[in-house]
Amino acid sequence: MAEQFRKPVVDQIYTLNLGPQHPSTHGVLRMLLDLDGEYIVKADPTIGYGHRGHEKMGENRTYKQFMPNTSRMDYLSGMLYNHGFALAVEKLAGIEVPARARYIRVICAELNRISSHLLWFGTYVMDLGGFTPFLYAFDDRERILDLLDRVSGSRLTYSYCRFGGVARDVDSGFVEGTRSFLQRLRSRFPDYHSLVTENVIFIYRTRGVGVVPAELARQYGVTGPNLRACGIAYDVRKVEPYEVYDRFEFEVPVGVNGDALDRYNVRLAEMEQSCRIIEQALDQLPPGPYLNEKAPFRVRPPKGEVYQAFESARGLTAYYLVSDGSACPYRCHIRVPSFGNLHVLEEVLKGTLVADAISILGSIDVVVPEIDR
Amino acid sequence: MGTETGFELIRVVIGLVLVLAFSQLNALFLVWLERKVAGHIQLRLGPMEVGPHGLLQTIVDGIKLVGKELIVPLAADKKLFVIAPILVFMPALIGFLVLPFGPDLIIRDMNVGVLLVFSFSTFTVLAILAGGWASNNKYALLGAVRSVAQNVAYEIPLLLAAMSVVMMVNSLRFSEIVEAQNRIWFIFVQPVAGLIYLICATAETNRAPFDIPEAESELVAGFHTEYSGMRFGLFFIAEYTNMFVVSAVATSLFFGGWHGPFGFGLGIPGIVWFLIKTYILIFVVMWVRWTFPRVRFDQLMNFSWKFMIPLSLANLVVTAMVLKLL
Repeated sequence: MAEQFRKPVVDQIYTLNLGPQHPSTHGVLRMLLDLDGEYIVKADPTIGYGHRGHEKMGENRTYKQFMPNTSRMDYLSGMLYNHGFALAVEKLAGIEVPARARYIRVICAELNRISSHLLWFGTYVMDLGGFTPFLYAFDDRERILDLLDRVSGSRLTYSYCRFGGVARDVDSGFVEGTRSFLQRLRSRFPDYHSLVTENVIFIYRTRGVGVVPAELARQYGVTGPNLRACGIAYDVRKVEPYEVYDRFEFEVPVGVNGDALDRYNVRLAEMEQSCRIIEQALDQLPPGPYLNEKAPFRVRPPKGEVYQAFESARGLTAYYLVSDGSACPYRCHIRVPSFGNLHVLEEVLKGTLVADAISILGSIDVVVPEIDR
Repeated sequence: MGTETGFELIRVVIGLVLVLAFSQLNALFLVWLERKVAGHIQLRLGPMEVGPHGLLQTIVDGIKLVGKELIVPLAADKKLFVIAPILVFMPALIGFLVLPFGPDLIIRDMNVGVLLVFSFSTFTVLAILAGGWASNNKYALLGAVRSVAQNVAYEIPLLLAAMSVVMMVNSLRFSEIVEAQNRIWFIFVQPVAGLIYLICATAETNRAPFDIPEAESELVAGFHTEYSGMRFGLFFIAEYTNMFVVSAVATSLFFGGWHGPFGFGLGIPGIVWFLIKTYILIFVVMWVRWTFPRVRFDQLMNFSWKFMIPLSLANLVVTAMVLKLL
């Protein structure tokens, strides 16, 4: 007994189970944090709580039936996932897409990207304890949802793209509405900057926090705004342009240090670039059909495989489809950006505070259902 | 027992009843006000359904809380767990005893009034620690530990700031401090101390941006994570009562208490002046909460130990020197 009392206490590390139900894990993410006081010794993101087997479903459904699944993987950028899947199948089956449809797709995709970034902006500042910007961002986002609702009939899971075009043509109301929305959003950016970006507390909470070195980002396959914040200007829209992205002028915003502040700045700058793309696309929007009438009703691509990468709101996303000539794909693999983005946390979170862990997790912008697909 | 003592006893009893009634009503009103202020800052309306402009919303919420089951976690320290919400509420009530609402509206005008308020407000942190510790929950414990460290750090500049005013008046009696400001409020004489006091009071009452003991995005609900029903309600009421007490103390120390600005009373009764100023201060605290993000724990401590304490000490020294020279 006496021995037991004389033994010095060396092991002061305890485990904090953050999630899967926690206000700041954004979905069903669970993080096992080994803490020494408030400092993190080891972080272990645990995934799989929302697994629905989308890839397996893809093998048992026809190409067309799988379209609604795609927008349910990343529910914040469903339009981008629809778009990518349509591109992949069109490439595999060799379906032509009319010019007007291509422009409509780009406009809707970029609107969706802005809405995703707006939601991220709001929730990130809320993770840091600032409530009000969240509602301002949602006010703006609501207008995008209204616009997309107008063309697709849905607010989140659009299933708007078809193989060979889009489901419905856009009307003049949509075009005018988008233009006035862009004007409104541009007038809101100064408010966001003065409320959040220039706030001293915000800067102290993000500058130098969660630095991801460029080399580490490469090793973990980090993509999207998180990679660009490290100073690597990798954007699928520029590197391997798909659709009509090569016809627009836009910049790829990059950061310097790869910290949370850079990730924040990159996303805010990206929204402005998306505005530019939409504006150019609206100006160039050609008349003509919105759907290729000759596109087969039942898609049966020839034997073969296709890899189609696209830039979702969170980074490099890709569909890899293998066709055996039947109506369903033989294999449907999806590369999601959040997987790599999340797992870099294991390295980044070491030695930070619990409060920083929330800030870093928020700044990475993971969508867990996309990982648990 | 002489008539004098008997009269005094009745006076104290009436005062206690009034304080209890006022503090509860005040908390109900402040919760409603907080939600309204938050709503309008966030381009919403806030509560609108129950009563005119949602005025009865918090009463209904209170009834709901009373009706809820009081859960005590199995692994909790039961006695401490039950007693903590009562402990947290008591010091706020005692603060009311010496608050100078008007020239004749002080329950006990003690000669150590300022000392009494501050010494009892320290008890709040003890109750928070008890609640967090007794819950046997890691989030609650983290919240409680943070709260202790924060209060230790912020009580020092708070007291030093109050001390500069006390030195000028040469008294710890609230009525004398307020009387000394019948022409010029001390905020104009002691702007640095006033500012330090307001910042520290925000931290002392765990209000944003210093609400790290209950930082909901990090620690779920901090020290009161495991509390349910009216026990949680007591923590909630205590927060708003504390907010009123620190704002009322700020009003008496720096904003002239029951006096109008620059000696112009405008015929308005003292208590109205006092309440107007107190509620304006409370509004500012709410305004700050809904505007700023939360600071990080270590930054908060650094800010206190490396900036606020030296500044308040320097302010105290300068005050002493000026008083000596005059």
